[in-house]
Amino acid sequence: MSQPFAQAFGDESLSDTLLNRSEEMELNFGPQHPSTHGVLRLKLKVDGERILDCYPIIGYLHRGTEKLFELHPFFQNVPHTDRMDYVAAATNNLAYVGAVEKLVGLVVPPRARYIRTILCELQRISSHLLWLATHAIDIGAMTPFFYCFRERELILDLFEQYCGARLTLNCMRPGGQPHDLPVGWTDKCREFIDLFPSKVDEYEGLLTENRIWKKRTVGVGVLDPETAIDYAVSGPLLRGSGIKWDLRKEMPYEAYPEVEFDVPVGKNGDTYDRYLVRMEEMRQANNIIRQCLEKLPEGPIMAKRPRVMKAAKDAEVYHAIEGPKGEIGFYIVGDGTPNPYRCHVRAPSFINLQVVPELAKGQLIADLVAIIGTTDIVLGEVDR
Amino acid sequence: MSEPSDPKPPAGAPEAGVPAEPGVSVEPVLDKAAAEAKVDAAVAAAGSEAAVGDVQQPAAPAADAAAPTPASTDEAKAAAKAAALEKAKAAIAAKAAAAAAGGGAAAPAAGAAAAPAAKKHEEDPNKPVWEKDPVAPDWKDASDDPVAAALKEEFGDAIESARTFAGDLTFQVKREAIAEVCASLKSRHRFTYLVDICGADYPKREPRFDVVYHAYSFEANRRVRLKVVTDEATPVPSVSGVWRAANWPEREAYDMYGMRFSDHPDMTRILLWEGFNGYPLRKDFPVEGIDTGSAIYPEYYEETAGPVAGTGTGWKPAKAPEPPAAPAAPSVPAAPTEKQPS
Repeated sequence: MSQPFAQAFGDESLSDTLLNRSEEMELNFGPQHPSTHGVLRLKLKVDGERILDCYPIIGYLHRGTEKLFELHPFFQNVPHTDRMDYVAAATNNLAYVGAVEKLVGLVVPPRARYIRTILCELQRISSHLLWLATHAIDIGAMTPFFYCFRERELILDLFEQYCGARLTLNCMRPGGQPHDLPVGWTDKCREFIDLFPSKVDEYEGLLTENRIWKKRTVGVGVLDPETAIDYAVSGPLLRGSGIKWDLRKEMPYEAYPEVEFDVPVGKNGDTYDRYLVRMEEMRQANNIIRQCLEKLPEGPIMAKRPRVMKAAKDAEVYHAIEGPKGEIGFYIVGDGTPNPYRCHVRAPSFINLQVVPELAKGQLIADLVAIIGTTDIVLGEVDR
Repeated sequence: MSEPSDPKPPAGAPEAGVPAEPGVSVEPVLDKAAAEAKVDAAVAAAGSEAAVGDVQQPAAPAADAAAPTPASTDEAKAAAKAAALEKAKAAIAAKAAAAAAGGGAAAPAAGAAAAPAAKKHEEDPNKPVWEKDPVAPDWKDASDDPVAAALKEEFGDAIESARTFAGDLTFQVKREAIAEVCASLKSRHRFTYLVDICGADYPKREPRFDVVYHAYSFEANRRVRLKVVTDEATPVPSVSGVWRAANWPEREAYDMYGMRFSDHPDMTRILLWEGFNGYPLRKDFPVEGIDTGSAIYPEYYEETAGPVAGTGTGWKPAKAPEPPAAPAAPSVPAAPTEKQPS
């Protein structure tokens, strides 16, 4: 699976003399290492530069969110979801409110569904931008970081105009949307989506055919489709391995059945393919927003709903959506009270992180940074 | 094929197979319930109006109290009279307003109550489904589902029930058989993708824990849910031999609830640290946490010493000379929570 080191660097003698020593060493990677994107700790067993074994240790950011869910009524739980994947709050909100709506049988009016779709796709772009920025800076490319944050700032401004917050949006409610789009918002959003494709070209110009970038990513962390399915990875990680599976297409929700978009897939399942998949996803998200703005219907933004929302006794649902990092799902059990009896989060980062040891074995420590970057984890969601 | 995907089953739709077309209203809502709700709303509105009237009144007594400040008693009397007059006027006005509001609100309510059926039946077909009362989904028997039938045939009594709720197919499976059922689901029914595993706690029930599995099939594009009951003593057969993805979720379930999984390659805590005292998602675990002192680190702290959860920086030194009358134990239950029935 792993590409031989000597081949990667074109130097046979180097790999023989310096790096193939038979001296095993334990190394702690993290939890304070900047390239672990938070507080991930990896216990490595290394032989020289080569990783023999990798054991992730998580939980440094565990806050007991699932316990907190049980304390609050369905409405008041939305802010908790912001703080799990804190760079993609809108999709977390949508997964949660979608589950609650399924639980109590609410049907969302079309305008709210379109607004949700727009917000989620903006969030997907901003999440991918943050991923690209940090992934590139981990590997050593400084410039994309500034470029990506420049455009991410515009998206955050749009969020701020919509709901007042930039990261912890709390921008959805069970049954619809809390606010309508403010005056002039659609124009601003349209300005952004007109501008954005050229910016993606800019990033791709910096990276896609860059020799260093390709050396660091092509053939690194190869994930074959069978392993990907066995480990239940989702999102760009799964699609990068060549499996065309996207919940927006397979189990459409909100306004996705009414818009057209492609699901990009990779071929080789390596870090480079996953990079290409995410770049294309940003363009597709841009297209989805454009279509939604064109089709945006008039009408109410909130369904008729009871003041105190109670789930039926013994009610339980699982509802999942396609977040920027993969399938984010909520399993909610109701017991006839206004609070969820049990609320479990299927966090994509948590499940995807499980495959990292598989990818890291046999690779070099420097490539581990690329592998962690390409799985796109957020520790707030891993630990919850 | 039923659609477990359907994010929001349409209100009143009998089966999950009906597409959730927002414009199509599926069934008329319960007229009676709607009418009653309206009446309730009207009553509430009238009540709130009256309440507003009541709130406005205390302005007059305030004036009353302020009036006696002038020295002259005549002036005071006159002022008091004026204030009283004002008060009375305000009260009358408030009453009238309340009555008007109540009457106004009551009239349409009465109308709605008088002719609910005829009026509603005219409106309903055009009313979009999101303006109707939400109709909660309910459990339905799903033993005729092909997957359920096949599993039932293969495993017999091990499949205790097959039901759907809001389009989610749910099997109750005997604990001993879960690994074989999962293996069959994966190999024969192509549920190759393990979505998630989680636990749940029902302390009032006899085997108190649930383990909930979600699996997904790419071919059929549907999910199934398997549920197993267990208690703390009996381990559940691990499905990590079936799907490697089961490793971490099973560890998380163990970490949060304390149920064990047999044949698991690495049955250790995952989010909390080894040696954490208790299982935090159990219903009898206090939300504010437990004593992080002696209960967990007996080698560092003496009995009931160390930081006490829920008291901010309420650090207690070891060997504090406590009078015997005062209970030394922290207010939060610090003991291990396993044996507490709830």
